Amino acid sequence: MNNVNISLVGVGGQGVVSTGIILGNTVARKGINVVMSEIHGMAQRGGIVTVDLRIGDVYGPIIPEGKIDLIIGFEALETIRALKRASRKTRIIMNTERIIPFTVNIGDEKYPDIEEIIKKFDIRNIIGIDAVNIAKQTGNLQSVNMVLLGAAFATELLPIEEKDIEESIKIQFPEYSWESNIKAFRIGMDQYRILTKAYL
Amino acid sequence: MENFSRKGKMVQISNEGAIKMSVYDVLLNDSGKYFLLGNEAIVRGMIEAGVGFAATYPGTPSSEVGDVLSRIAKKAGIYFEYSTNEIVALEAVAAAAASGVRSFTFMKHVGLNVAADAFMSVSYAGTNSGLVIMSGDDPSMFSSQNEQDNRHYAEFAYMPLLEPSNPQEAKDFLVYAFKISEKYGTPVLFRTTTRVSHLRGIVEYGSKGEIKAKGHFNKNFEKFTLLPSNAYRQKGKLIERYNALKEESDSSYINRVEGKGSDIGIITSGAAYNSVKDAIIELGLEIDILKLGFTFPIPEKKISDFLNSHKRVIVVEELDPYLETKVRNVAQIYGINTSINGKMDGFSPWSYEFNPDRVMEILSKIIGIEIKKDDKYSEIKLPSRPPVLCPGCPHRATFYATKLVSKQLRLEDPIYPNDIGCYSLGYQKPYQMSDFLLCMGSSIGSASGFSQATDQPVISFIGDSTFFHAGIPGLINAVHNNHRVVLIILDNRTTAMTGHQPNPGLPFNAYREPAKEISIEEIVKGIGVKYVRIVDPYDLKETMVAIREAANSDGVSVIIAKRECALLRDERMRKEGKWIRYQINQEKCTKCMNCVKNFTCPAIYVDSDGSVKIDPVLCDGCGVCSTSLVCGFHAIERVEQ
Repeated sequence: MNNVNISLVGVGGQGVVSTGIILGNTVARKGINVVMSEIHGMAQRGGIVTVDLRIGDVYGPIIPEGKIDLIIGFEALETIRALKRASRKTRIIMNTERIIPFTVNIGDEKYPDIEEIIKKFDIRNIIGIDAVNIAKQTGNLQSVNMVLLGAAFATELLPIEEKDIEESIKIQFPEYSWESNIKAFRIGMDQYRILTKAYL
Repeated sequence: MENFSRKGKMVQISNEGAIKMSVYDVLLNDSGKYFLLGNEAIVRGMIEAGVGFAATYPGTPSSEVGDVLSRIAKKAGIYFEYSTNEIVALEAVAAAAASGVRSFTFMKHVGLNVAADAFMSVSYAGTNSGLVIMSGDDPSMFSSQNEQDNRHYAEFAYMPLLEPSNPQEAKDFLVYAFKISEKYGTPVLFRTTTRVSHLRGIVEYGSKGEIKAKGHFNKNFEKFTLLPSNAYRQKGKLIERYNALKEESDSSYINRVEGKGSDIGIITSGAAYNSVKDAIIELGLEIDILKLGFTFPIPEKKISDFLNSHKRVIVVEELDPYLETKVRNVAQIYGINTSINGKMDGFSPWSYEFNPDRVMEILSKIIGIEIKKDDKYSEIKLPSRPPVLCPGCPHRATFYATKLVSKQLRLEDPIYPNDIGCYSLGYQKPYQMSDFLLCMGSSIGSASGFSQATDQPVISFIGDSTFFHAGIPGLINAVHNNHRVVLIILDNRTTAMTGHQPNPGLPFNAYREPAKEISIEEIVKGIGVKYVRIVDPYDLKETMVAIREAANSDGVSVIIAKRECALLRDERMRKEGKWIRYQINQEKCTKCMNCVKNFTCPAIYVDSDGSVKIDPVLCDGCGVCSTSLVCGFHAIERVEQ
């Protein structure tokens, strides 16, 4: 098996770490080695959260520069920021939600036009998903991370099967939310497939 | 404030379908493999080592050990407390271990500075039952004021030092640390770093130990009462023990050689080992590694053998050249000519953590190999996103009120010493009220100096937990020496930044059981402060009146800004199903931007059309922005549900 390096990025409070743990647990249950970095402490609500999750013959949790296979971006600006450690081969899933940093609100800086950046820097392999809207459709606003995990799964980079994630959902969440989370996962998966086809 | 990031549950790695259990109970299971955080693995290590007594003061990256313990210690039969500060915690565990109870204390690296007085001496006294002291170091300073390398403390105190590299080792080495401790009657320093404590990986359990939380203290004055004459004798024994430990380190299974023989060898330990492994895999190299887990005393013979069997040895370690100086000493003592590379000859940097890229760079410089770079994106300039005070944070209201009063009173270049906690973020724009910050308690200690050495007004900020930890002696000093200082104690009823641990000002203990609440007000009054006011920071008017009066008072005046941390309130409200939100009435809003530019709550934002809005998901309903001191146009209105 090839090693798989995944970087999950977002803003504190978006559930980036808990999503990493769910994915890590799912991989670990398959008997495959997995390590993951977590940042606690000062990186609190409103700050940047970066989780590196590495699968395979790996030791440390930090992905070497340019070796990220997949970015799961929970917020648009943070997804773009993660590119500094990526390569042009990296596949990118971007939640199109924008969370405005206070530096922008007080007028010190400007939130960039993401589409313009994608064009200007010729960013490839990027799929934008309106995960918040999809989560709303499932009736469970908390299921944004499952939408993104569904899209990540559709890349076929993860050494897991659909039923493994469903099992994880049943382990991690209370029963009343199983259906909405599974639904969110499937819509995320479909969205990725539809969008990549449209690009091809 | 890291509670939000630990919602994931640990589950047993098996395919037997859904396993239902409470979040941390898996640590009590008899066997299995689990996907654990380093700090969670350390708690499992305590259970396997039979630890009966644990004490700490929370500090990143060690805090999660306590968070987990507070939930399971009782079930496991372990006594656990949050002590007032690190030295109290160390003194408590030293006594418990002297009484025959295996004991463990854990703290962040700078916490060991606070505990250093006891630390240095407990090594002289030694221990009866196992005693292990964990230092969570923070290379790259993810959440610390410095990145000191606490391995030096081991040598400083002649105390054995163990350094795990991953969660499995964190658990295994802790069990081993207790064995070493009891075999030699010595405390052991157990050093992790952020990337070990906060590394999640697969951990296979060993068998549980027998936990005993009560013992008996058999008096031994010559050992435990470090009067000069006793200390004199104990120092001799300490050196004897050190010499015996050298042998132990040389025969220890955690100091091992990996590889099949190569011209070049690498000596490494801790988190740097992981980066070395990843780097040589990336570079496609085969290099022997001497992986050290027992790093004080160092295994001299193993190192000399390794030096002798390689033409060149590279020492790869984070922060100081701790191992490198020792390796060079070994070469000198044993007369070995092998080339040694590291920090002291300029190849390896002295600061920040080592990721695989930095190790590849070091190796490429020394060995002269080229690193293949993947096709990367060119640099994209993006706005920064520093951490901010949460929506509803009572500290924001206090900073806002203080700023308004400072302006109203036309205070001339006031100095705002700050302290360690969430409120350190008062440093950020627009408040910028964190002018001097060294360590726990420095807000009030430094206030004495500023008030005497300058004619500038001094307004200091300190949190409730930090006040108990290190603020009280400074306050006594300011009162006794009659300095003119305003001290604002930000009492948010918790130790928020490290994840909401209780402190002595709360009516419950680590197990969330009832405990005596220590009154900050009574302490302050007891010290002799004349002007003491308790205010609700959400009430800006009341808060401003108090700050104004305090600023106009002579001597020391204290304001206790008392209001529960917003995250705790949010959690409670969610449980109660309550949902209070505010929104901006666009007809009344004049776009004066005061709420955006001066109050600056993360929930308030400027939309692309230039209108000011409140994010309903982020808004926590504190309502401070709706008062006329923030919005003079009454445009911010409560959403009626």
